[in-house]
Amino acid sequence: MTARTDPSVLHLDLDAFFAAVEQRDKPSLRGRPVIVGGLGPRGVVSTASYEARDFGVRSAMPMSEARSRCPNAAFLAGRFGAYRAVSRTVMEQLHTLSPLVEPLSLDEAFVDLAAGEHDDLSATAVRGIGERLRSNIHAATSVTASVGAATSKTLAKIASEKAKPDGLVVIEPGTELDVLHPMSVRVLPGVGPATADRVARLGIKTVGDLATMSEHELVDLLGEAHGRSLSRLARGYDDRPVSSERASKSISVEDTFDHDITEPALLTALVNRMASKVAERLAASGHSGRTVTLKARLHDFTTLSRSVTLPGPTDAAREISRLAVQLLDEIDTSSGIRLLGVGVSGLSDWVQHDLLSSVDTDDAGRSDDVSGNGEAGEREPGEHVAGERRPGVGEPGVGGSGERGARERDIDIDAALHRQHPWVPGMDVVHTQYGPGWVWGSGLGRVTVRFETADTPPGPVRTFAADDPDLAAPDNSTTSE
Amino acid sequence: MKFRLERDVLADAVAWTARTLPSRPTVPVLAGLRLDASDGTVTFSSFDYEVSGRVSVEGEVADPGTALISGKLLADIARSLPAKPVEFSADSSKVVITCGSARFTLVTLPVEEYPELPQLPSASGTVDGTTFAEAVGQVAVAAGRDDMLPTLTGIRIEIDGETVTLGATDRYRLAVREITWNPVRPDLTGVALVPARTLVDAAKTLASAGDVTLALGGESDDSLIGLAGGGRHTTSRLIDGEWVPNYRRLFPTEIATVARIEIDSLVDSVKRVALVAERNTPVRLAFGDGQLVLEAGSGEDAQASEALPAQVDGPGIATGFNPSYLLDGLQALGTPFVHMSFTDTPMKPVVIQGIDSLEGEPSSGYRYLAMPIRLSS
Repeated sequence: MTARTDPSVLHLDLDAFFAAVEQRDKPSLRGRPVIVGGLGPRGVVSTASYEARDFGVRSAMPMSEARSRCPNAAFLAGRFGAYRAVSRTVMEQLHTLSPLVEPLSLDEAFVDLAAGEHDDLSATAVRGIGERLRSNIHAATSVTASVGAATSKTLAKIASEKAKPDGLVVIEPGTELDVLHPMSVRVLPGVGPATADRVARLGIKTVGDLATMSEHELVDLLGEAHGRSLSRLARGYDDRPVSSERASKSISVEDTFDHDITEPALLTALVNRMASKVAERLAASGHSGRTVTLKARLHDFTTLSRSVTLPGPTDAAREISRLAVQLLDEIDTSSGIRLLGVGVSGLSDWVQHDLLSSVDTDDAGRSDDVSGNGEAGEREPGEHVAGERRPGVGEPGVGGSGERGARERDIDIDAALHRQHPWVPGMDVVHTQYGPGWVWGSGLGRVTVRFETADTPPGPVRTFAADDPDLAAPDNSTTSE
Repeated sequence: MKFRLERDVLADAVAWTARTLPSRPTVPVLAGLRLDASDGTVTFSSFDYEVSGRVSVEGEVADPGTALISGKLLADIARSLPAKPVEFSADSSKVVITCGSARFTLVTLPVEEYPELPQLPSASGTVDGTTFAEAVGQVAVAAGRDDMLPTLTGIRIEIDGETVTLGATDRYRLAVREITWNPVRPDLTGVALVPARTLVDAAKTLASAGDVTLALGGESDDSLIGLAGGGRHTTSRLIDGEWVPNYRRLFPTEIATVARIEIDSLVDSVKRVALVAERNTPVRLAFGDGQLVLEAGSGEDAQASEALPAQVDGPGIATGFNPSYLLDGLQALGTPFVHMSFTDTPMKPVVIQGIDSLEGEPSSGYRYLAMPIRLSS
């Protein structure tokens, strides 16, 4: 791929995305600081609204620090179902511009305009495309987007960063180095704190400084692959294509706990649940994998990783579970585990059938069906994961009425893990008399709900008993799609 | 202790007993080979608490006695000696080996610390050594190597009167072989799960012994199997735990399509096509219309295809296998032609059996079952 002459790479970043969705759906929070993230003792901030950022609250900051910096903010646990729905709408808008869209996360994506039907990709024309996109997204979702466009991914991303919030920046072709060179080396992809530290010792702070070093010097300092790529990026050579198929190398699930876990039965149950979740994700992406990895962080932050490789790839939950639990047995968990993760790598698009999975699960009485469908061992009622819960994001467990019985076991795990109330701040609820609203706070057997939605003015607050039968969490509340 | 043996007799006996010696013994004495001389017989024994080996040979015993010496060293020495009589003489602390003008002095290990060898369980019956070795080799190809699933690393031996059924599986394929033998009682039944590696080795080294005696447990000790033939005795611990329950039902009862193919050309084709199948990716097989089409590789990777004649009865079928699983089965058959039977769905296993001609029907003696692959989408 040759270097582009038009600013045809577009980078879109939604502004304070999770917080923006919360402010949209909770009118009383508009204009106020909103912080979304894990609310437990070890939670971290996922997103802070711009109002909260004025107090110095940042993503990935410990929630305890966020609380002390901005005690009057609304602290919400997050509603990933709602975020995914908005994200889908935004991605659809991007696909109208070009078939080549590379999503980086729920709120961020690259678009290759050159792959779409655009006759004119001059800076002026791209500016028009970007503004139309921003207004379409706002009209469709009420959240704001910042858009950057340039001749490369690196610069498109820098442009969208400059555009924030709610803006548009197109970097004119030919001016790339003028933009790039005064910036900190940290803007380059692949430069984290460690690399930045290393080059800083040589007095290198900006990309321009970096461009004065020879490729040879950088390779010496940072190694062959990294040095060479940084040398190119610093000189503005970035011909990385926008790729809609980001080949994932592994699929994993992990969760940090509020308190260290020592109880073996609970750890096993957790590993089983994570394995089921990994299997679901494998199935959803049409993958299978050969290597199962268990990650565990001990009470003293030592992180251990153990893996085992199968002769053939699998996507069966019970198989992944079996291996992950065996790996767990190899780890001394007696001093407490603060993080667990289960992952599958060595991905393939085919599965080696297993003779025995059917034998294990079938009724002993049934002798006709031998091995049959590979689905037999994959989903078992007892192994199902609670709703669409996404461990690892500090997301709350699902509470509420009707689903309780079926999920009792999962809730027990959640209770043991997070010691949470079923009514989580921010979650959607419906009252038979007052209609839809959201949990404002709960505790001491009571729950306080503010009755408002995206389409109402700020609404009143009412308090109920936590087990009030009139109050329910709608199915689409915290988590489901 | 003092005795004399022919060099070849010594070398054979020592090589056989020393082959199961642990390379990293848990206790130093387990690296030793025990020598017992009495009444015109010299016995060599080894034991590592899992497998024991004992061979008795005739020799001129001048002075009966017992000694324990390094097995590996003795094996190396015995192999290198000239073809002349070998004389052993031992006192309490060393063994002197003399052969022609060569002379070795070995330090003895404390024989009183050496564990007592398990008794060979009482005989269950006898089987032809060559047949048994062939049968064990045929099923062993399917045995698991994953120590995390210990029961699948074993070969299951089931005795039902005059029939011995051997079976092994690693969960992706299953091999079963039936042979007839001479049980001590016509109503004898029993089941044992033997470590596959040990059984393969024991059966191979006893193949030339003519009749091999099988001893499955017995009343005293249920956790051992014994094999004996030609003066050699070996015992092995059994694997605890349940093997595949009711494994016979894994064989499909209904057959929709049968393909008969010459094995050598099929093996060659699978090997060729599999050259592009990286990391055990599948070889795809499409049967129909008098031929089999093999393919491997896909998308942007290297690809290969090849067709060869096949006699196909029934509806055409397309499926895929790990090439090494396919080859293991085909190469274990030992017949000129293969009989492959499929059900009506490519998701079910193929059953591979040997036939002597393209018109032949398989005997149920050896069956190899392989699970197909499925594209996950």
